[in-house]
Amino acid sequence: MDPYLLDGVDFGDVVLSVAKAILAFVICLVATMFMVWFERKVVSRLQNRIGPNTSGPFGILQTLMDGIKLFFKEDNIPKEADPFVFRLAPYLSLIPAFLTFTLIPLGGDFNNGNDGAVTVFGRETFLQVADPPVGILFFLAMSSLGIYGIMLAGWASGSKYPLLGSVRASAQAISYEAALGLSLAAVVLVTGGLSMNSIVMQQAGEGFGGIIPNFNIIVTGFIPFAVFLIAGTAELNRPPFDLVEAEQELVGGFHTEYSGIRFALFFLAEFMNTVTMAAIIVTLFFGGPAGPAFLGSTLGWLTGMFWFLLKLLVFLFAFVWFRASLPRFRYDQLMSLGWKLLIPLSLGWLLVLAGIRVARNGDLGIADSAFGDTLIVIGVAFAILLIGMYVLRSAMTNARRDRLIAAGFNPREVN
Amino acid sequence: MSEFLRQYLLVAVFGGLAFGLVAALIGAASLFRPSRPSTGKVENYESGVDPVGSSWSQSQIRYYIFALLFVMFDVEAVFIFPWAARLEAFGFFGLVEMMIFIFILALGLAYAWRKGVLRWA
Repeated sequence: MDPYLLDGVDFGDVVLSVAKAILAFVICLVATMFMVWFERKVVSRLQNRIGPNTSGPFGILQTLMDGIKLFFKEDNIPKEADPFVFRLAPYLSLIPAFLTFTLIPLGGDFNNGNDGAVTVFGRETFLQVADPPVGILFFLAMSSLGIYGIMLAGWASGSKYPLLGSVRASAQAISYEAALGLSLAAVVLVTGGLSMNSIVMQQAGEGFGGIIPNFNIIVTGFIPFAVFLIAGTAELNRPPFDLVEAEQELVGGFHTEYSGIRFALFFLAEFMNTVTMAAIIVTLFFGGPAGPAFLGSTLGWLTGMFWFLLKLLVFLFAFVWFRASLPRFRYDQLMSLGWKLLIPLSLGWLLVLAGIRVARNGDLGIADSAFGDTLIVIGVAFAILLIGMYVLRSAMTNARRDRLIAAGFNPREVN
Repeated sequence: MSEFLRQYLLVAVFGGLAFGLVAALIGAASLFRPSRPSTGKVENYESGVDPVGSSWSQSQIRYYIFALLFVMFDVEAVFIFPWAARLEAFGFFGLVEMMIFIFILALGLAYAWRKGVLRWA
């Protein structure tokens, strides 16, 4: 919890709260507009084009210009639409996107055991809009709420393509939400808490040998990070998981019937979610504002912000890079990746990780030492993995064989 | 204000700002944008040809089954998070309990898999 809110609320605290909220709001909007420009510029370069280059230096005002254009465009509501829900959907899409941004620690000094608080007008505060103790659950809740906006937008349009797009979107989002939540459980496991600030604090410090930082990507053993990155990209409906707005099949997907400023708001929400998801990945797995400790805190509280923005930029670039280089998934491939690979993998990894941690605490008590217990856990996990793979492969081979025979193939030729 | 509510003070302020931004943008745009409705403009978009049949179509039952499966794993996450946050407190006992719990749920997934629910053909 933010230190300045600990003992009652006086007038100054309220002023500071409002000031923080407005500042973060502006940062969020500017970051989103930057992301739109950044994506267009980078994807252009990757496709050997120039991209936006007319409005402002390097075309950086392109997003603003597009927004102004859409602001003055006519707003159509199709005659078969449900007018109330059609108008409600942009709110449901954009407000959760904003609320997720409140969770992200944007800066602060986490070196030498500091908790990242800075002093502003004599009050200690985090460079984070709010730090609820259930931070991670709040993030999951908001990303689920965002689906309502997409679902209702498609449904309320009263049109075929948007409906198909929105049904696809919600099925995809809930499939990957399960994997997203389970990979997050690994982070909770090593942190012992759900608040974003405690997650960052746990990753600060010397790390291994003073060189390799203590980031969760290493502590949780890479697999939760990989699952989270894939599931997060799918949750954002970004390429290669952009079946929701597959242009060749569904025109624009759920926002086909939207025009003018309402369309612009959906677009804004989508890019805001991208920025927020990149920031969440940075916070959960790469220490957020807690940079590699051996480089010290020469810039004071700006150090945190520097590291955070640097890491954020890397992931924003990665999202654009995925879009430029990966072809779109087929729907059945998408579903089997989520249910048959990511969910079992993250569940199994969670148990192995928990086993190793219990063994290292010395609670297992099978071998003589904690180290022996850890080895036993790893050995048992390997044995279960091998047996499971064997059973799964033979089950899949048999099922395939049965299907082929049922389809009229000669049993002798099927193997 | 209680301590619990104070933590969400800024979340509420932020949500209010977001609502205000959306409402202000849509409201202000309605003052400036043209509005010349015509029968062609309010037709549903179907790639430029006249719409065929009703737009209120039914969707496949598969989506619904996936939603049911999702509920299973979402409820599972509700039980996993508190245990994960307090791993040290429960130790070996908690680990075994959670293994049994996850094993039962994995059986559910395996059953759905075997029944061909996860096959999208």
